[in-house]
Amino acid sequence: MSAQSLARSMPQSLPRSLLAVDSSPLGMFGYFREHRDEVMSWLGYHAWLSAVPVVAGLLIALPLGWLARRYRWTYPPLVTAAGMLYTIPSIALFVAMPDIIGTQILDPVNVAVALTVYTVALLVRVVADGLGAVSEDVAQAATAMGLTRRQRLLKVELPLAVPVIAAGVRVAVVANVSLVAVAGTIGVPELGQLFTTGFQLSVGSPYYPPITLGIVLCVLLALALDLLVVGATWLATPWRRAVGGR
Amino acid sequence: MIQWLNDPGNWTAQGGIFDQLRAHLQYALIALVVAVVLALPLGLLIGHTGRGRWLVTVANAMRALPVVGLLILLYVMLAPHIHGRGDTVYLLPTEIVLVLLAIPPILAGTVSGVENVAPDVRDAAAAMGMRGGQVVRRVELPNALPLVFSGVRSATLQVIATATVAAYLGLGGLGRFVYDGQASQNYAERDGGALLVALLAVVADLVLALVQRYSVSRGVSGRFSGRLSGRPSDRPTRGPQDDGPDTAADGTGPPGPEPAEKPPSPRSA
Repeated sequence: MSAQSLARSMPQSLPRSLLAVDSSPLGMFGYFREHRDEVMSWLGYHAWLSAVPVVAGLLIALPLGWLARRYRWTYPPLVTAAGMLYTIPSIALFVAMPDIIGTQILDPVNVAVALTVYTVALLVRVVADGLGAVSEDVAQAATAMGLTRRQRLLKVELPLAVPVIAAGVRVAVVANVSLVAVAGTIGVPELGQLFTTGFQLSVGSPYYPPITLGIVLCVLLALALDLLVVGATWLATPWRRAVGGR
Repeated sequence: MIQWLNDPGNWTAQGGIFDQLRAHLQYALIALVVAVVLALPLGLLIGHTGRGRWLVTVANAMRALPVVGLLILLYVMLAPHIHGRGDTVYLLPTEIVLVLLAIPPILAGTVSGVENVAPDVRDAAAAMGMRGGQVVRRVELPNALPLVFSGVRSATLQVIATATVAAYLGLGGLGRFVYDGQASQNYAERDGGALLVALLAVVADLVLALVQRYSVSRGVSGRFSGRLSGRPSDRPTRGPQDDGPDTAADGTGPPGPEPAEKPPSPRSA
């Protein structure tokens, strides 16, 4: 476990005296200045690990959700299986992943794959229900206009389901930011490392800067990714702006 | 891993699987009971009066906070002030975080459950002469129960998952095996612990699904036997994962801008 010992020893090898003197929560600004490169690389990893699984998960959930809608008998088993997957605690999935896909325990790919699983589990039902929420009149109108089943799906049903699906994607992306941080407790490099660093430095007396910095950065990241999804939804649903609605 | 799980000594030893399982359940139950006691009446009140909806928004916004960070922050804050013996120093911050985690889904589920009660049902109750409190207890709560349960179930999953992470601080519970196994490179122990946590979560959810099945009125869940069922045939069967009266799944829900589905609860651990 050389990667692990490396990750663990980096923050610990710094003596307290070398760290920002201010150990109050507001010392995070000083802490950030002193550890800028390290923190920025963790932030980058964190953003990547939060965002990529959502994209991958959505790409997998779309056909599955369509399947659950198209062939009704597949809905109960698909949704039940998704629910079961969603119950598995993240730390268990992170730890089990190397056995399933044959990676190293601290490989960030474990986190990405585990979060993809959660995203699929969450979105299958959302996609199926979103497609189902398209009103029958609209579908019939599309058919009457001569659209084939495939055209109807791609040009009518899927676009109309975008707001519902986007609501699910927003949930997934915000949840992922928090979930990625959990992997920090077993040593995967991302913002969670700030929490474990703070924990290790707080022996004796509290040392807040890395902890508060981590929380603030996680919340900001969640906010930024959420806004990104909202923006993409806005771009993908021009008709909602045309009628002056919400 | 199988070998580790099959060794009876690992189960019965002090600090073995039985002990940690009991500890894990205990942490989760304390948090859930406290959260239900706080969030259920509050949710009924908000749903009934329609006032204070901002509380739900605030509770939901709290979900963006990283749980691990919160856990460690609270531990670091409280640790110098706790001089008791035993686990209190780990237990108190953990329980606070678990309760904070469990409140939003229960609150949101209860509020939307009450709000989804059809207005004519509420009017009928009033016309029958029920007072506010009676309407809440005898009409709104039973009708809201499926969504309340869906909130409690997602809170339970969150709590069980997060109680695992609390082992990082030094608290007991099944997470002990995961973190101890990882630290001592005993991978059988680590993976065995992970499997046990996953099983615990699945079993807890199934138990709650059963409780839900037998406590929700059949008039609400529509679970009638055989030909009595007057449900549209295109509605998906209600499996144990199904939560609540989904208005849109049968194609009668409104299309258009407002997502008719309540998006599923996010998880944070």
